[in-house]
Amino acid sequence: MTLTAADVAEIMRLVEQSKFDELSLEIDGIKMTLRRGGASGEIIRNVTQSGPAVAPVARAAAPSAAAGLGDANHMDITSPMLGTFYRAPKPGSAPFVDIGSAVDEDSVIAIIEVMKLMNTVRAGARGVITQILPADETLVEFGEVLMRMRKDP
Amino acid sequence: MAIRRILIANRGEIAARIMRSCRALNIEVVLAVSAADREGEPARLADRVVCIGAAKSADSYLNAAAIVHAAVATGADAIHPGYGFLSERPILPQLCARAGIVFIGPTADQIVAIGDKLQARAVAETANVPVVPGGEANSRAEAENLARKISTPLLIKAVAGGGGRGLKLVERLEDLPALLDLAAAEAGAAFGDARLYLEHYIGRGRHVEVQVLGDGEGRVIHLGERDCSVQRRYQKLIEETPAPGLTATLRDSLQQAAVRIAQLIAYRSAGTVEFIVDTRGDAFYFLEMNARIQVEHPVTEAVTGVDLIAEQIAIAGANGLRLRQSGVRSVGCAIECRVNAEDYRNEFRPSPGRIRDVTWPSGEGIRVDTHVVPGSNIPPFYDSLLAKIIASGPDRTRALARLRAAIAMTRISGVASNLGFHTAVLDDAEFQTGGVDTGYVDRLYARRPDLRGLRAAGVSNG
Repeated sequence: MTLTAADVAEIMRLVEQSKFDELSLEIDGIKMTLRRGGASGEIIRNVTQSGPAVAPVARAAAPSAAAGLGDANHMDITSPMLGTFYRAPKPGSAPFVDIGSAVDEDSVIAIIEVMKLMNTVRAGARGVITQILPADETLVEFGEVLMRMRKDP
Repeated sequence: MAIRRILIANRGEIAARIMRSCRALNIEVVLAVSAADREGEPARLADRVVCIGAAKSADSYLNAAAIVHAAVATGADAIHPGYGFLSERPILPQLCARAGIVFIGPTADQIVAIGDKLQARAVAETANVPVVPGGEANSRAEAENLARKISTPLLIKAVAGGGGRGLKLVERLEDLPALLDLAAAEAGAAFGDARLYLEHYIGRGRHVEVQVLGDGEGRVIHLGERDCSVQRRYQKLIEETPAPGLTATLRDSLQQAAVRIAQLIAYRSAGTVEFIVDTRGDAFYFLEMNARIQVEHPVTEAVTGVDLIAEQIAIAGANGLRLRQSGVRSVGCAIECRVNAEDYRNEFRPSPGRIRDVTWPSGEGIRVDTHVVPGSNIPPFYDSLLAKIIASGPDRTRALARLRAAIAMTRISGVASNLGFHTAVLDDAEFQTGGVDTGYVDRLYARRPDLRGLRAAGVSNG
């Protein structure tokens, strides 16, 4: 049995609907951890895996990804909510991250502002930022890919 | 201001319905969707789609901040809330006002006043409209005193209530304390407000409601009434207009009562005043007012020719209330059935899933409001309404015949539906006579045990 992108999307949906905060699943050498957290109801998607059967999950986490497909070490960071995407903590200051920046799980990579409420987005994994997709200060939708990163092995 | 672009903060058939009026008015549509509705038919029809959150309503369709933010960011002038979700929560008009977005509906203050059922009762009394005997029940002692005064059977209702939640029927006084606890828990969970009130229960009542439109400055008109007595567990299944068998005096009294209530609060936009009509006499009582467009609004549109969504948009925008009472003419009869993805032979259990194929009816006097096409996915997260089939005709007999033929023409595969239940109602002599009370569905089941499904009917399926 193999896990398809649709299966993973469905599992993520079920976790979102459930009252559980975390799900760990191991099927056919694919290890997946889904975690939701944050007091504000922010959903952090954290898909990690080990073993060779890695590609389907990477695809599932990033259905719209054009780059990094089939590359186990690439991961998409998606927006946990609809809002305005800010790359820097305030106008004129240095961005949280740039292409080539090293990040770890808890590194703040951006702010999403919803009706003047600032929400931080974290990398969710250790690695290096390879791509930043939305322009600064533009609308991003829920689930939109914000950045791509190469995870540390 | 002129409204050129509207964000629709809803889903399903009502999103498609609002979009249709926007198209006719040459207004652009931004549709706010959850992650579960990205691929739906309304999303395909919209000029622009924004995903506001995860499938769960609390993360998307109930997220007022995300919705208003999306409206501002996409350049929308106004938000239409549809029904359900945020349509009767003051937070949405409040955030709209802060962001300079027009809210297509009543004011936040009106939503609060009408949403508090005790306040609404007080408004009705001030407007000289009878209310069902009852009142507040803040403590057990207060509830027991009141219950003795108004006598059983009685209903426990949630002050912040709606949709049957927190509603309990008390037939014997000794059951009151336990049911009060249960109702308070349910109301607290559903509305975040555990306050309760009691009303005497009118067993043989008909549910009749009056459609109103107000300009927000005290001018109010009505567009006739709808009879929604065919209900199962307080959920409406069939609605029709005019209400069969009312005397001209009673009909006029109901309509004038609704107008007085809406006038008293200078109601703005489309609203509905619900009454219970005692079938043993000509008595009627105010039940509640709904500060939104209702699911069953198309029957009113079918007989008056008025596009209620377009009127809501006109009132919210620059045009105001364009209709005068004398300009509203009602012709013929209209009846609507709600087609739900529910297994009516199995306790009306929801039946979400993928629609394999669907054929909706068409023909003289037939209107179908739906978002469902072949291949549509019916997600499990929301209500199960697939479509509303509305039939109209010069008289009730012909409207019923058209609806029956339309249902026979309808084919739905992939999910269970309640079409068979609707056929049973339309074939039933008591319903055909007209003027049934809210106890009707129970009587129908008593006559037609086969409607309960194979197991309940005692037929072995082994």
